[in-house]
Amino acid sequence: MSVLLTATCAVPAVGAVVTAALPAGSTEARRRNTKIVATVFSVATLALAGAVAARFDPDGARYQLTESYSWIRSFGITFALGVDGIGAVLALLTAVLVPVVLLASWHDADPAVAPPEGSFENRRRTQAFFALVLAVEAMVIVSFYATDVFLFYVFFEAMLIPMYFLIGGFGDRAGGPESARQRSYAAVKFLLYNLLGGLVMLAAVIGLYVIAQDQGLGTFDLQTLTAAVADGRLQIGGTAEKALFLGFFFAFAVKAPLWPLHTWLPNAMGEATAGTAVLITAVVDKVGTFAMLRFCLGLFPDASKTFAPAILVLSLIGIVYGALLAIGQKDIKRLVAYASISHFGFIIMGIFAMTSQGQSGATLYMVNHGISTAAWMLVAGFLISRRGSRLIADYGGVQKVAPVLAGTFLIGGLATLSLPGLAPFVSEFLVLVGTFSRYPAVGIVATFGIVLAALYALLLYQRTMTGPVKEEVRGMPDLKVRELAVVAPLVALTVLLGVYPKPLTDLVNPSVNATLSQVHQTDPTPAHPVSADHGTAQDGTARSGGEHK
Amino acid sequence: MSSTGWLAAAGGSTQSIPAPHIEYGQLSPMLVVFGAAVVGILLEAFLPRRLRHWAQVVTALVGLAGAFVAVLVLAVQGYGTTKVGAIAMGAVALDGPTLFLQGVILLVAVVAVLTYAERRLEPKAGGEPADAFAAQASATPGGEQERSAIRAGFTTSEVFPLTMFAVGGMLLFPAANDLLTMFVALEVFSLPLYLLCALARRRRLLSQEAAVKYFLLGAFASAFFLFGTALLYGYAGTVRLGEVAEVISGNALLTPALVSSTQNDALLLVGLAMLTVGLLFKVGAVPFHSWTPDVYQGAPTPVTGFMAAATKVAAFGAVLRLFYVAFPALRLDWRPVLWGVAILTMVVGAVLAVTQQDVKRLLAYSSIAHAGFILTGVIASNRQGVGSVLFYLLAYSFVTLGAFAVVTLVRDSKGEATHLSSWAGLGRRSPLVAAVFALFLLAFAGIPLTSGFTGKFAVFQAAAAGGATPLVIVGVLSSAVAAFFYIRVIVLMFFSDPQPGGPTVAVPSAFTATAIGIGVLVTIGLGLLPQYFLDLASKAVFFVG
Repeated sequence: MSVLLTATCAVPAVGAVVTAALPAGSTEARRRNTKIVATVFSVATLALAGAVAARFDPDGARYQLTESYSWIRSFGITFALGVDGIGAVLALLTAVLVPVVLLASWHDADPAVAPPEGSFENRRRTQAFFALVLAVEAMVIVSFYATDVFLFYVFFEAMLIPMYFLIGGFGDRAGGPESARQRSYAAVKFLLYNLLGGLVMLAAVIGLYVIAQDQGLGTFDLQTLTAAVADGRLQIGGTAEKALFLGFFFAFAVKAPLWPLHTWLPNAMGEATAGTAVLITAVVDKVGTFAMLRFCLGLFPDASKTFAPAILVLSLIGIVYGALLAIGQKDIKRLVAYASISHFGFIIMGIFAMTSQGQSGATLYMVNHGISTAAWMLVAGFLISRRGSRLIADYGGVQKVAPVLAGTFLIGGLATLSLPGLAPFVSEFLVLVGTFSRYPAVGIVATFGIVLAALYALLLYQRTMTGPVKEEVRGMPDLKVRELAVVAPLVALTVLLGVYPKPLTDLVNPSVNATLSQVHQTDPTPAHPVSADHGTAQDGTARSGGEHK
Repeated sequence: MSSTGWLAAAGGSTQSIPAPHIEYGQLSPMLVVFGAAVVGILLEAFLPRRLRHWAQVVTALVGLAGAFVAVLVLAVQGYGTTKVGAIAMGAVALDGPTLFLQGVILLVAVVAVLTYAERRLEPKAGGEPADAFAAQASATPGGEQERSAIRAGFTTSEVFPLTMFAVGGMLLFPAANDLLTMFVALEVFSLPLYLLCALARRRRLLSQEAAVKYFLLGAFASAFFLFGTALLYGYAGTVRLGEVAEVISGNALLTPALVSSTQNDALLLVGLAMLTVGLLFKVGAVPFHSWTPDVYQGAPTPVTGFMAAATKVAAFGAVLRLFYVAFPALRLDWRPVLWGVAILTMVVGAVLAVTQQDVKRLLAYSSIAHAGFILTGVIASNRQGVGSVLFYLLAYSFVTLGAFAVVTLVRDSKGEATHLSSWAGLGRRSPLVAAVFALFLLAFAGIPLTSGFTGKFAVFQAAAAGGATPLVIVGVLSSAVAAFFYIRVIVLMFFSDPQPGGPTVAVPSAFTATAIGIGVLVTIGLGLLPQYFLDLASKAVFFVG
């Protein structure tokens, strides 16, 4: 039994403990040590997660590198890890983003300018921030690797606590005097929404266990349960299956978030630091969409099919609603948040369209949205930290003063609006094609989301970066070396995965097909066959001309 | 059985009354505790004042440890698993639940005694270190007598023997195999608690008010219990739990007089209802909960912690035994009632807690909500139900003890600062204490990886398996409401600015530090690796019938 997966989960967890235990950062040097130690742990995690993805054999078994240790025998709970293509890719995304986030947040958790004498909180701030980020990373990776429903649930819930302290404890410097109050409001809203979702899911988890136990399957093991569902050994039955599906789906829809359960996201992303906002939207929220794919579809195939049309409508509303509200935002970070709501609509639509292109696209979308939003948000964070304001109206003409900053901000924006050649285009295209082949009307309406995305992304750029140079913006420094080091890998990945997504699709496709076969769905016969893995890149570039220009 | 033996002895005047057969070894946990209590009284009478504190602490701890060892020895010998049976002429049941709950109560009492022994938090009075208890309880609050008692450095070291008597009663309560023994145990542990409530050093009037309220309402509840016992005796002709069950199910041989009384279901149902009222009062279930906030607030905080944890353990032990041993045949009658009580308890406890401004009252309402969660496990009426309730009690009592121990640390010049507004910014002044309290709050809220989650999962799982799915849904929703007020306190501690002149966190002696440390360890331990204790609880589910 390989321990690679456990190691990948354990390294950031150990890192969190070590970072928290380092001596308090009363001096600049000590704080730097803390940051370096945390970054080293996150890079080690990246190496391990990379090794997991490299060792995953797409043509092999559904779950690989499996490990299983007895945990709570009384309830049939095991500490069971295993990885499929989707989990491997998303864990890798997490492991890529966390070092980037740490580097981007390098000074966000430094003590206030004049710390009160002997104030403990200020001395421990740096340790706390870096340790909490690593704790979130560990819990997210366990969630992606868990093959035990209960184990997944535990970490799905537990990650709320470090997230909550990250949102509530480390705010944006740009906030006014009201910001502490708004921040704690945002943190509480985040926690309560997600906790409610989690508790509803707990009822469903218990229900699932009781039903399975009645039929002689006293276990939470995902593989056993899905196999039993597939071959009819576990018959949950109409109403119960629908109720359980809704219980699970509610939790994931809050986390993802799906309209109308999204309202916590703009608050949380607006008030948190840019790094934390990336952690929320690019890392933690992905657990929600990932879990829809793995748990909702695998455990409740019939209910998934029953509810798919309703969920498609909600995601469609989310796509349009998020984009429209993004256009109307005055606050840069809230704009990014609403844009994310629109993107989560696309992801969920791709999952519940129940086609292999849709689901492959949704999985790629999770990765690409993570990378591109991280780039966009982090550059926005650098911009905001220079001017001390989140309001779009406070900026203008930045591209003349800080061209590199403006350029990377543009790339982030263009990726968000799915410019062909950049990574998000591939996934958005796949999702739309996949949806269109089964639900043409839904696909058509969703296309408007792309148009709206062009509006909000380009308007934001135009208002902040172009035009006459504002007085306050004059003399604004361009990106520093550290900031360039943050943005460069993200931009590189956006471009690379835009032209050559094959490594990702190769990893993801077999798992997606396995998921689809669980729901007994096959792709509808397309009028014009599109090969999901091979043709996309070329196909995408070929069609782009007509669609975008 | 015993009644016929007694009659025979009385009839034959030449015979002497046979001495009852008592299994001293198997009763040893209780005997050791009562013995330690009596020794404590003697120490109080004969030792000079300045030696008493230490002598009492040592006696209490040794007594509790000895009793715990006795429980372990009995468990190892197989009492509770293979050798279950009624002892002391059938008055006491020695079975799994008895030993498990006795073990929990003794551990809880050890931790509670540690918090009692704390003398570093209060400023010295009359040159002597002072604890949390009144210098002289009988003195008029604020009067000259009280001032002189404080100046003289008096302390009320009687709290230790009083607590030991209460512990003894609590050990007997879940073990009682007949209704009269149960009543006696109820009184034995309640009376010392009434007294202990009145002994707070600060805010004497509030403390005395708490004691009077607790006493009056408690006496009322005891009367209900006793009257219920009488009615049931009228119905069944016996107070032994197992025999009551036999009579109800119609398997017992009845005398002609009883045949007519067993026709009368009113006696049975009213009797059961009154017993239920008496017990639900002790667990603090709605609508018999109104004493809880006042008493929790007024009592000295170490006593509150002890009471909140140990009373709940003992009382739920008795609830389980009563419903599972004496009235399993009436399940269709009592389950709907308990359904209603459980729903009310969870909802009312969680909703009223939201508006509380005092941390002790908040914890009181939270304990009401938790009583509701535990009741869902009782309602399950299956093996998992018993096991999950036992585990929940273990998990909950250590979180509670820890939380109240932390409350004793946050102080201003007037003693403990229990108003929530003064806890603002505590996380910035003393992050460690705030983090520990946050851990306990998260455990109360049932966040995964804490003991509270494991317990909640266990009872809800048992309830769902027992067909009480709607209860689980209500439980989950009230958990969400409850989470709101626990999180409100965390927000206050970590994200609000400290008030100028707010309370400080006193540095405790090793006693309170150990108590809190044990609380933290158990909370995390039962969250991460609960398997051993779940096994223990599921092995201990068989009642002697």
